[in-house]
Amino acid sequence: MMTGNEACADGALAAGLTFFAGYPITPSSEIAEVLAERLPRRGGVFLQMEDEIAAMGAIIGASLAGRKTMTATSGPGFSLKQENIGFACMAEIPCVVVNVQRGGPSTGLPTMPAQGDVMQARWGTHGDHPAIVLAPNSVAETYDLTVRAFNLSEACRTPVILLLDEIIAHVTEKVALPPRIDVVTRAGPDAPPDRFLPYRHTPDGVPPMAAYGVDGYRFHVTGLAHDETGFPTNDPREIDALNRRLAAKIDRRAAEITDVVRESLDDAEVVVFAYGCVSRAARQAVREARAEGIAAGLLRPRTLWPFPEAAVRAAGARAKAVVVPEMNLGQMAHEVEWALRGACPVVPFARVDGLAIRPSQILAEIRAAA
Amino acid sequence: MSGYDDWLRLDKLPHIWCPGCGDGIVLKAILRAVGRMGWTPGQVCMVSGIGCSSRTPGYVDVNTLHTTHGRALTFATGVKMARPDLQVIVVTGDGDATAIGGNHFIHAARRNIDLTVILYNNWIYGMTGGQASPATPAGRRASTAPFGMIEPSFDIAALAAAAGATFVARETVAKPFVLDKLIERALRKKGFSLVEAMTPCPTAFGRRNHQADAVEMVEYLRIHSTSKERAATLPEEERREAITTGVFVDIDRPEFCGEYAKLVERLREPVTA
Repeated sequence: MMTGNEACADGALAAGLTFFAGYPITPSSEIAEVLAERLPRRGGVFLQMEDEIAAMGAIIGASLAGRKTMTATSGPGFSLKQENIGFACMAEIPCVVVNVQRGGPSTGLPTMPAQGDVMQARWGTHGDHPAIVLAPNSVAETYDLTVRAFNLSEACRTPVILLLDEIIAHVTEKVALPPRIDVVTRAGPDAPPDRFLPYRHTPDGVPPMAAYGVDGYRFHVTGLAHDETGFPTNDPREIDALNRRLAAKIDRRAAEITDVVRESLDDAEVVVFAYGCVSRAARQAVREARAEGIAAGLLRPRTLWPFPEAAVRAAGARAKAVVVPEMNLGQMAHEVEWALRGACPVVPFARVDGLAIRPSQILAEIRAAA
Repeated sequence: MSGYDDWLRLDKLPHIWCPGCGDGIVLKAILRAVGRMGWTPGQVCMVSGIGCSSRTPGYVDVNTLHTTHGRALTFATGVKMARPDLQVIVVTGDGDATAIGGNHFIHAARRNIDLTVILYNNWIYGMTGGQASPATPAGRRASTAPFGMIEPSFDIAALAAAAGATFVARETVAKPFVLDKLIERALRKKGFSLVEAMTPCPTAFGRRNHQADAVEMVEYLRIHSTSKERAATLPEEERREAITTGVFVDIDRPEFCGEYAKLVERLREPVTA
């Protein structure tokens, strides 16, 4: 038995976390508390930094020194971290950022659930950049997706965001930990120190990475637009190539990264698109609708970004409507609408009062759409 | 490696600093000091924030990290805690370290983590075009203080000392060889060390304050600086005007990497009945 926050800490340790830096914020604090207890016992580093920005900076520095790193926060703290998340995108620093969403805007609702950071997770920092964002809907899945967040981060050399919500973070559930997990570690340098290019344009878009001070490698890292050597450049061709490679390294893997769970979709006339805690209510509503004879189905993305566009289009192709219940005013509903391109109507259902969406509310929307 | 040019990325020169800028003098003092430490380039990591001073690492052939504005100390803390064997030097400016980065500055000093901070104080935001910084002296002009700075300025060395730094010194680029000896002492100190290097900015500061001549600005720093010992004998008014130099703090106190290592060691001890 454990909570989502505990499962996140456990999954991170299983995936190879040896460095955590954070700043206390509800409802994410238990992740830091568990790791404060467990990391030093394993010889890892736990740091409570002076603020959210510092915590993000520290994990980037530690990752460059060869560690697997993570921080955990909630809405307001996630906002503060955004500039350094952009740095991690630009400088291609693997790290995991957990955001246990709470109600917003601003201080909002520290102890009540929400899903208002879906777009912040995609576009919170400035400029065009890739984003990988995972959203589990149970404690067990939080463990699995935390491991996956580390693996994707290391494989793609990019920050990965694990988007929890207050309900998943604090619910206590039975979890059977997997007997073994696959652990991915970033590719090491592919050339001797004197010929090593830290930002080489490799065919798969991911440059092999050295660690500061290891085996004689030393290199320059900057958030400025840079060439393959890592030094700043003002050459429009180099800048263009960098920005396009950063996007392409995730785009080309989109099908492999994208992860959706389909339930009763084969003949579904009403599709419910739901993620995180809301998807649990949605599943119940779909089952109840089926019992009433309505052909309802559930499409549940576990990766919000890259957005599962193909899966949405396939599910919506023969549907009368796609219902999108979420605990914000329709952030994902817009994305679903864009993916469907008019194939069928989208029915957003929003709840932004700090209370969980109930199965009966989703069922009512399904009935109305059927 | 002992000659300062051994540590330079010569292919990155010439540098981007303006004519008359003092940052190159500080860089040279840092490299002379580093050259005497007996380190290899792979053992050294140089971290900076944003601004003129923070372009320094680009010219130094070690592990270098040019971070976000004001946040150099946070990245450096991560590097140092991940690899305590690396010698981590932080290069920053008055605006970078004490305005946007002020909180990190005092907390790194409080934590007493083994970092050496070389803070280039030129009284201005140079790279962004001459706006007022927390170090701009009262009455002096900046592009965002066109009628003269009305806020009092930080005494940066005193700030570091009050926050808990175990080595704090200040010198001007008018005395570059004194500066490099202070930097060497800071590098040798196990703990949070700060060397505040007073450096002229004729382009962004001097131009607005009738001091656009680089030589005059260095001469100004020389004339207006005085050792803290001599300053103590000056009348109050003169002392306030003076740029005091020398070593303000040189104490020993538990260092953070070491304290963390002790914690890990303690937790690994077998529990005995």
